[in-house]
Amino acid sequence: MNKVVAEHQGYLMQATNATIQFGGLRAVDSVNMNIEAGTIVALIGPNGAGKTTFFNLLTGIYTPTEGEILFEGRSVSGKKTHVIADWGISRTFQNIRLFKEMTVLENVMVGRHVRTKSGFFGATFRTPSFRREEKQIQEDAERWLEFVGLIEYANDLASNLPYGAQRRLEIARALATEPKLICLDEPAAGMNESESADLDDLILRIRDELNITVFLIEHDMKVVMNLAEYIYVLDFGKLIAEGLPAEIQSNPAVIEAYLGQDMEAAIKAKRRALLEARGEIAPETTPKPEAAAKDPVMMDSDGVVMVATEDNKEKNDAA
Amino acid sequence: MTNTKNTSNNTTAAYEDQAVKGKASSAEAIFGNIAKPMFSRGGNKSPLKTALTALLLVFLFALPIYLQGMGEALLLAALVGIGLYVILALGLNIVVGYAGMLDFGRMAFYAVGTYAAIILAIPLANLLGDSLEGLVFPLVMVAAGLIAAFVGWLLSLPVMRLRGDYLAIVTLGFGEIVRITIQNNPFGLTNGLLGLPDRGNVLASPPFFDWLRDNVYWALGNDFFFTMTRNVYWYYMVLIMLIVAIIVVRNQDNSRLGRSWAAMREDEVAASAMGVNVTKAKTWAFVLGAFWGGIAGACFGFFLGGISPEPFSFLNSVIVLAIVVIGGMGSIPGVLVGGVLIMGFPELVRWFAMNHLGQAGGDIQSMVANFRNLFLGLLMVVMMAVRTEGIIPMKPKFHKLFGKGKSDKGDHTDAVVGAAPKGGAGS
Repeated sequence: MNKVVAEHQGYLMQATNATIQFGGLRAVDSVNMNIEAGTIVALIGPNGAGKTTFFNLLTGIYTPTEGEILFEGRSVSGKKTHVIADWGISRTFQNIRLFKEMTVLENVMVGRHVRTKSGFFGATFRTPSFRREEKQIQEDAERWLEFVGLIEYANDLASNLPYGAQRRLEIARALATEPKLICLDEPAAGMNESESADLDDLILRIRDELNITVFLIEHDMKVVMNLAEYIYVLDFGKLIAEGLPAEIQSNPAVIEAYLGQDMEAAIKAKRRALLEARGEIAPETTPKPEAAAKDPVMMDSDGVVMVATEDNKEKNDAA
Repeated sequence: MTNTKNTSNNTTAAYEDQAVKGKASSAEAIFGNIAKPMFSRGGNKSPLKTALTALLLVFLFALPIYLQGMGEALLLAALVGIGLYVILALGLNIVVGYAGMLDFGRMAFYAVGTYAAIILAIPLANLLGDSLEGLVFPLVMVAAGLIAAFVGWLLSLPVMRLRGDYLAIVTLGFGEIVRITIQNNPFGLTNGLLGLPDRGNVLASPPFFDWLRDNVYWALGNDFFFTMTRNVYWYYMVLIMLIVAIIVVRNQDNSRLGRSWAAMREDEVAASAMGVNVTKAKTWAFVLGAFWGGIAGACFGFFLGGISPEPFSFLNSVIVLAIVVIGGMGSIPGVLVGGVLIMGFPELVRWFAMNHLGQAGGDIQSMVANFRNLFLGLLMVVMMAVRTEGIIPMKPKFHKLFGKGKSDKGDHTDAVVGAAPKGGAGS
């Protein structure tokens, strides 16, 4: 309706006033976001904030009801998902969506679909060009499996892979489309400490070796703070903060969104306690809020707040 | 970092090595390669499998000689019917097994193919004249396939957004629409319930049939006398078309197109996010599936020498679907076994009752006819309870790797972090 004609400002991805409304719910509400090529950008926010919905807007699964998302200056609104994949946006899914009854290698070979072209005729008559392309597809797929470290599993069914490997396979499949922007939806979810450290490494290699821009949704703050060069924070569909990791960590709006108002007070108290312990400020006589004793806020000796979300808690409990 | 680089260098070398080998083998004749995947899939060549396939082929080609020699003409006709249904089921397998769309209207394409072939045959025969009579059948068969494929494309337009049950209902309705339309003699084309060809017209003789009938015969002793009858001729024709269908369908499955079907079947959203044009993949599935309906239809019409609308009932659509589901969705051997079992078993019992049980035979024969659907239903229930994936389930496509074994394993597990993910909670 109120179509904003956004001006392309040279960003790889540029969302202007992007909005999607489901009935009365504005799942993504007037979001402005820019991603520069070659960066690692994180999108964080509490559960149900609209992060995955934003990914769905970006990859053409939904069409924005208002506003516009430009990818390399082209609007993704109303474009089919496979066309957007062709432009160079690829993604993984929050609740792993592999082709379960296909082998690991075939999964990645599907990713080559968008960069290859043989069709019905070549397939039926197995023309030389078809066979050449088919061989190339398999070689490329193998290379991507090697990149993520799954080549040993090439001929296993995707559904038989361990959980962490399934997430890697999704990444390999997305990489096989040769994207310019890869959107990772909670890649570290369900991973243990060492797996998620390996994942950090993989994501860095995607950016450094392949020069692919990474846009990731993640609840694991350790992963986010390790990787992200810029962070956007969504809450109830609205962008509530953006900035460098350090800025986001101390942003009261973000802390409030994650933890609610009481927790903000708890953090203040804790920080105060830390400073007291260091002897930087004089001890206060007022009693500390009780919440501080059992709160989910952790703070390291530098005063960096580690936020425990529902997801993280579950994971930590499981581990 | 340096480690990684090393690995990629190693593997690049391995690929180049492979590329050289690839060049040498690309000198093979194209036709050799067309038929290749029939015997070996993805390079997994097992001598036992090849031998069994060859044995089966020899058996299938020798069977009519024995049967006709022994005078079992009816059994031969039943085998032709089985073959036609297997071709139909192979086409349906593309839609149901590969692309994962439920289709209850297979008879629509069979009917379109049959009628198209017969309607076109008579003017074409007049056009070509007596000397080229043999060309009529191949030409109308291809035309029937193309027309059925076109109808498949038409059907794909409205059903593009439908899935599962809704798609099943629409295809079911479509099958009935086609049959009832044919009954109602649209534009005077189909001659309604009376069927085609009209009085006074005879379908052109298929290629080489007259010559074969007059020249191929031999006798062995008193009990064995072989001639190239109509049944024998159509047995071979259908067998050849069946083999062609298997090769073509298999080629299509083992390709970029086939992968797009499989991806779509497994997860439509993920498939389109990976760049698969789902609309296009669905359309191709419908079109290529319908094509075999048309081919089988043309053979059916010419085998019978004429056609009326009765064989294209909804029940028969269900039987074709049952062949695919019971045999194994997405599995060509499964479809073959399913077809032989579902179509063949009642025929076999009927034949046995008629020929070897004397007086009681007639009763048993009618009993089999009546209980056939009960048997089918029972089989369906049992299969759904104990083996949902079918008698011979679809196998994942294994590929012989180009890179593996050449790259140093230790090196690359080193370079690739967490190559063997442990635990992972599995939740």
